[in-house]
Amino acid sequence: MLRFEPRGYSSRFWSFGSPILALVLTVIVTGAFFALMGSPPIKAVYTFLVEPLLSYNGLSALLVKAAPLIMIGVGLSLCYRANVWNIGAEGQFTLGAIFGGGFALLFPDAPWQLAYPTMLAIGILGGMFWAGIVAFLRTQFNANEILTSLMLTYVAQLVLIYLVTGPWRDPMGFGFPQTAMFSDAETTPTIIPGTHIHLGCAAAPVLAVLVWLLLTKSVLGFQLRVVGQAPRAARFAGFSEPRLIWIALLISGGLAGLAGIFEVSGPIGQLTTSISPGYGFTAVIVAFLGRLHPIGAIFGGLLLALSYLGGDAAQIDLGLPNAVTGIFQGVLLFFLLGCDILILYRLKPRPSLQPAMSPAE
Amino acid sequence: MIFFLTSFLISVIAAATPLLLAATGELVAEKSGVLNLGVEGMMLVGAVAGFAVAYGTGSTILAVAAAVVAGAGMALIFSFLTLTMLANQIATGLALTIFGRGFSALAGAGYVGIAGPVLPKLHIPIISDLPLIGPVLFGHDALIYLSFAILALTAWFLYRTHAGLILRAVGDSHDAAHAIGYPVINIRYLATLFGGAMSGLAGAYMSLSYSPLWAQDMTAGRGWIALALVVFAAWRPLWLLVGAYLFGGIMYLSLYIQGLGVPIPSPLVSALPYVATVVVLVIISRDVRRIRLNQPASLSKPFHATA
Amino acid sequence: MNVNAEPLLKLTGIVKQFPGCLANDRVDLTVGHNEIHALLGENGAGKSTLVKIIYGVMKPDQGEIRFEGVPIVVQNPAHARQLGVGMVFQHFSLFEALTVAENIALGLNDPEDRKDLRSRISQISASYGLPLDPDAAVHDLSVGERQRIEIVRCLLQKPKLLIMDEPTSVLTPQEVDKLFVVLRRLASEGCSILYISHKLKEVRELCEKATIMRLGRVVAHCSPREKTATELAELMISSQLKSKAEKRSAADEAPPRLVLDRLTIRSSHQFGTDLKDISLTVRQGEIVGIAGIAGNGQTELMDALSGEVPAGRPETVMLDGTPIGHLGPRERRKLGGCFVPEERNGHGAVTTMTLAENAFLSGHVRAALARMGFVDQTRTAGFAQGVIERFDVRTTGPRAEARSLSGGNLQKFLVGREVQQHPSVLVINQPTWGVDAGAAIAIYDAIVHLADGGTAVVIISQDLDEIMLLCDRIAVIAAGRLSPPVPVKQATVAQIGLLMGGTAASAEGEAARKEAAIA
Repeated sequence: MLRFEPRGYSSRFWSFGSPILALVLTVIVTGAFFALMGSPPIKAVYTFLVEPLLSYNGLSALLVKAAPLIMIGVGLSLCYRANVWNIGAEGQFTLGAIFGGGFALLFPDAPWQLAYPTMLAIGILGGMFWAGIVAFLRTQFNANEILTSLMLTYVAQLVLIYLVTGPWRDPMGFGFPQTAMFSDAETTPTIIPGTHIHLGCAAAPVLAVLVWLLLTKSVLGFQLRVVGQAPRAARFAGFSEPRLIWIALLISGGLAGLAGIFEVSGPIGQLTTSISPGYGFTAVIVAFLGRLHPIGAIFGGLLLALSYLGGDAAQIDLGLPNAVTGIFQGVLLFFLLGCDILILYRLKPRPSLQPAMSPAE
Repeated sequence: MIFFLTSFLISVIAAATPLLLAATGELVAEKSGVLNLGVEGMMLVGAVAGFAVAYGTGSTILAVAAAVVAGAGMALIFSFLTLTMLANQIATGLALTIFGRGFSALAGAGYVGIAGPVLPKLHIPIISDLPLIGPVLFGHDALIYLSFAILALTAWFLYRTHAGLILRAVGDSHDAAHAIGYPVINIRYLATLFGGAMSGLAGAYMSLSYSPLWAQDMTAGRGWIALALVVFAAWRPLWLLVGAYLFGGIMYLSLYIQGLGVPIPSPLVSALPYVATVVVLVIISRDVRRIRLNQPASLSKPFHATA
Repeated sequence: MNVNAEPLLKLTGIVKQFPGCLANDRVDLTVGHNEIHALLGENGAGKSTLVKIIYGVMKPDQGEIRFEGVPIVVQNPAHARQLGVGMVFQHFSLFEALTVAENIALGLNDPEDRKDLRSRISQISASYGLPLDPDAAVHDLSVGERQRIEIVRCLLQKPKLLIMDEPTSVLTPQEVDKLFVVLRRLASEGCSILYISHKLKEVRELCEKATIMRLGRVVAHCSPREKTATELAELMISSQLKSKAEKRSAADEAPPRLVLDRLTIRSSHQFGTDLKDISLTVRQGEIVGIAGIAGNGQTELMDALSGEVPAGRPETVMLDGTPIGHLGPRERRKLGGCFVPEERNGHGAVTTMTLAENAFLSGHVRAALARMGFVDQTRTAGFAQGVIERFDVRTTGPRAEARSLSGGNLQKFLVGREVQQHPSVLVINQPTWGVDAGAAIAIYDAIVHLADGGTAVVIISQDLDEIMLLCDRIAVIAAGRLSPPVPVKQATVAQIGLLMGGTAASAEGEAARKEAAIA
């Protein structure tokens, strides 16, 4: 029989090895799923994970899909390191889109030098506002942030539906539930001509580096990490836990809001009822895949963006429902969480009782 | 008037039942110290399993059994990861929800828009036809009556049996329970599987009685509301009843208001249950002392028997 | 009288290995019938491991256990209880949210044993002089009352062997006497006692036989009454460690550095103790000890002194004449206060972080370890290295994780971290809890040296010996109140013991105090 024995330290090897092992196991299981659904597994996995990377279009789509995932994932990494379980990034993304999009619709004729940065800033504020509610409820009323942020996600989605089907509906849109397209001044520009790669795709890794510097080198980052690992020690040090909860939520909410406004002012170009295929939830996996490290979130974001493209490719080429994406993501997180034990524990055979020494003494 | 009251009560009971079922299961899991955030995912998998089996075999009994097994199966994945592999319970619960949503969408893809068998409602000649009390007390399907029975049994089990005492002890202090010699991990496995089975049952109720159909993400956050309910009830079973019916009432209210044609936009009215959940959570959580006194002290803390 | 040829319990050649530590190295132990047998040794000698093996909590890697002559493999605690072994742990296995009766029921697996439990609890507890209310919730009970639950739980199963692991660390001297009466009665009635302790006086008073362990091995079997306390101590401790700390006296007219004025705080902990009207003056160069049993307000006092909990009026706490009651830990450090809390893991230090990061935790204020909002890595590592060298902390360097250090070394680091900040006032809660003898000596030396340099020091401790050794004056905290400090030279153990009993719930405490007052 095997048992887990504490190592007494964190294994560096397995800190990198665990996500890789998890990925390998996930690929195997996903392949098995494909086989069960009647597709030849190797071909299906190839279609899912490799094919999207083989064309310029595919790579460009990858970077576009990865941008919001990385941005949100970076914010969540910081938040989770502070032990603040913000699950409502999807709602904060939505509010960022609503706030920024609302500004764009309100002032379509303003000059871009003024309008564009303001629109982004207001988008950030939207995300911060939504996360701020969670922070307020947690610090003032001790309300669990998982449940409140989640509930607010549903509310945010409903507010979006209301606005897009009601007061903000495009009068010339043939009754479709969408707003007018944003004006050129308020559209996020593409930075590589001929592709859809936009400003947000460049902003995302830059933000990841900035947040990494904040988390590892600054005093604030140190405070966030301490409050996440040992709240009593944080109090001993004189760090204010409520203040740090606010900061963690505002930063992650702001980043999610920024991702939201980039997405609706860039690839989508307007507000509709479905502006996100669940980025806010997938970003949770991005954060864990990157070991809650902002730079790791870049790789996590790219991998999970690939899984979205793979799902679409599987649907088109193999006739599989693109819900396989959700399966891949969920299974990946399962294996990641399972393999992580190897960082702190090792597998050892259970010791068996040895026979007694001679009874005479 | 009687008609309105009848339809109001029936609707509230129907809306409350999935919440009650899922919350009862989660309460037992949490009483043993396990926080399983995957209720939403388990409910969805139960719903799709129930619908698929009902459609395939025509038997609602088999369907309900399948839902229970499906929910417990999801809980088994969760238990293995958190209790044996010592993964973080919060992250694993989220993973379970994400996986459950994706898996149920995949498995249910072929069943969207199809009508399936519905759970039969009780009908006692004459008695079920009495005004008001007839349909309200004697006109429901089996799962509704079961929800009351299971709640009562759970309360009895936890507070009147030795096994229930052991479970509560594990949730209070897993180290002390281990020192006495109780198999903490095994007890938590059982409690979590029960929670999963109940979530599956709740899902089956949704797809076989409440809606009754299958649609992607059809639980629309009820799993999360059930989690909030456990906090609202301060981990005491009979208060779950109050909470479930309170929320059932709010959900009914939200539909009713939309039906009235009141000039409040429909999406905003639909948001009512979620806003109400937040409000209720805030009110309950303010009383820090009550939470601390009733919350299982080892909730969500991983247990590793150090030799 | 049962004259059984075989001893009640005989352990032969027990070996138990943990990663990095050989806890039991071929241990032999024999307990006879009607015997009170002491198991003596310092922290870390292997006593707890040995009794856990007897009780079935763990299995030995090698060795034999014989119970009344029959070789036994103890499968688990339930099996041990069936064999007639009862155990009262040092750290109680009690469930706070449950009642006394429920707690006891949890130790009894046979439904037969649970019949009429509540009345049997009342009856047995009263008959042995350890009264208990079966329906009381454990979180309402004092520590001494909680121990009664553990004992009564064992007694209900009519044990043949009762193991007690450091039972008196949580009792007043009067409660200890009562406990001894119970133990002697049990031994005469046919229940042997295996009594684990490091308190030599008690062992000599209570026990007929002793087995002495040191670093995992048995170093002696003897009869404690035939040896002096010093001889026993020398057998227990590995080297003739002598502290350079000698009892000192500070000048009476030195300026006050720390003043508490009627400090009153409601506890923020769930089962905590409110502080009432605490007043204290600590002068320059003085070491004041605050004695008391755990759970009488020490944690709340520490929180109030360190600034983790605000104290209401700013003047309730004064540091060098400045009101600080309203200030947080960082501001208090700026003004010269340094603190070492009771709990190393998760409070005084973050176990998963490096020593350098832990140094920054408290040192960033006084040692200026931050620059323009960023952590100055070089200065911080240098500061940590300085602590490591000066206080002989055995570790690989500032980059080592705190959890890789032994308890004694980590405590040396944490005390050193504060001392290196040259505080005006130092407050330490349980300076040497869980710390080996060598590290304890180093810590005592550091404290005395600091006081010699003019720092006012407050030591909160459950270890009366330590306080008597180091302190100029001693006060006792009981039920949240502080007794007026008396010079250590004038204090007696009995007097302090009475103060520790304080306004505790037991009626016997009242009676005992009345007795002592008359005497």
